[in-house]
Amino acid sequence: MLIFRHEDGSKIASPEQMQAWMKQTMDWIGGIAAQNKFITGTGLPFDESRVVWHKGVVTNGPFGDIKETIGGYIVVKADSVEEAVEFAKGSPVLQGDGNSVEVRKIAKNDGVH
Amino acid sequence: MQQQDLIPHLFRTEYRKIAAVLSKWLGIENLQVAEDLTSETFLAALENWSYQGIPANPVAWLYTVAKNKTKNYMARSQLFKQKIEKQIRVNQEHSVVDEIDLSEQNIFDSQLQMLFAICHPAIPTESQVGLALRILCGFGIEEIANAFLTNKENISKRLQRAREKLRQENVKIEFPGKTEIENRLSNVLTTIYLLFNEGYYSETNDDVLREDLCFEAMRLTNLLLNFEKTNLPSVNALLSLMCFHASRFEARRNDKGELVLYEDQDETKWDQELISKGVYHLKEAAVGEQISRYHIEAGIAYWHTIKADSPEKWESVLHLYNQLLSLEYSPVAALNRTFALSKVRGKESAIDEAEKLKLTQNPFYFTLLGELYTGLNNKKAREYFESALAITVSQLGQQTIRKKIEKLDGGLNASP
Repeated sequence: MLIFRHEDGSKIASPEQMQAWMKQTMDWIGGIAAQNKFITGTGLPFDESRVVWHKGVVTNGPFGDIKETIGGYIVVKADSVEEAVEFAKGSPVLQGDGNSVEVRKIAKNDGVH
Repeated sequence: MQQQDLIPHLFRTEYRKIAAVLSKWLGIENLQVAEDLTSETFLAALENWSYQGIPANPVAWLYTVAKNKTKNYMARSQLFKQKIEKQIRVNQEHSVVDEIDLSEQNIFDSQLQMLFAICHPAIPTESQVGLALRILCGFGIEEIANAFLTNKENISKRLQRAREKLRQENVKIEFPGKTEIENRLSNVLTTIYLLFNEGYYSETNDDVLREDLCFEAMRLTNLLLNFEKTNLPSVNALLSLMCFHASRFEARRNDKGELVLYEDQDETKWDQELISKGVYHLKEAAVGEQISRYHIEAGIAYWHTIKADSPEKWESVLHLYNQLLSLEYSPVAALNRTFALSKVRGKESAIDEAEKLKLTQNPFYFTLLGELYTGLNNKKAREYFESALAITVSQLGQQTIRKKIEKLDGGLNASP
């Protein structure tokens, strides 16, 4: 799973810029899907989000102490973590300073992992 | 119309109607009987009309004979007893003839219900297409064998297994319930799309047969659109897609029957009426929340009805292929996406992405690489075309690649 962490784009960019990012993201995903290695993915809009804390305290963001938070993810089929890292390197998210793509393995549902 | 033209014509239009109604009347366990009775009806017409002349109302004549043949069949077989006992109509000699309903409404219903029955998940898609061709399109075993590039025995066996399976599953010939319709519809659309593709990409040299397959697929889709419960966005999208493709029939073949590639087609030969029809159904499809693969493919096909290259065209096509691939992978879509990418971002970056596809069993993969290297490195391009040629089986495909190599060599010789 490739998890994107970035700032809320709508706060720092114009709608045109947002659209250009969307297109780049689709191109990137298309490239992975063309290798039959894309499984699923989605963006996670920042608006109307809540954080539920210990003892049922509910807040609107911020989601953490850092500005960059989870803005979406995709799930890919990679033969190795290195391959997944190569996919991640192509993500348009990384154009922003401070943004990151976290590469994580998905637990197998075999009760062991 | 003369008799020698009339019977084939009626066979085309009426076989499927009679076959669907009789199949429904006799039940899924008697599909073969329904097909045989329908064929015998036409055989009777052939024999009778040649010495008695064509009857005043040939269609009514066929319907009457079909009903009588069914009655006789039922009287001969156990089936008669079972049906009669079930329906308690012991005294009515003529009930069978009266009850087989060949009204327009029942013909329409029976065809749709048969379509849903045939597209049952228990039988393989290839067999679904075969049965649909036989019962719903009135194709002969030989024609089906030609379309699938196999022999009659194989098709007969395949259909026999499919009929047997439908019988075992006791599939009902009826409209599925609302939720079941939605589940089954995707199967029905796949079968229809396959039927269309069978015609569109068929290797058979018989042009008429090829186009027939496509138009039959479109007719079945129209049938679905005429029924309220299946007049759905994805069905409109599928018809739209097929209209756009079919608009190029005329332009796809030259006088010698060879395939003319898209870039080389004379767009004045594209059928504008079908294109407008495609646009109409694409608009009809643009409701609701769900985007099916047919929506996306219709979008791509729409852009291909505009011959001129523009940044907008290829940006849109690339975007649609990205969407299509993230919904459902297929090698063809992966290759086409890479081609669109070359139009948007240039050949070099498309080559990078193409090499990642690793579709080394697929001749089109090498053809694409050949195309991408053409003009950049013609020596490499030629090698790729040669690799494609080495694994291309069909003559038509080999012909196309040889032309590309000739073109490349011509270019090589012309340059100093």
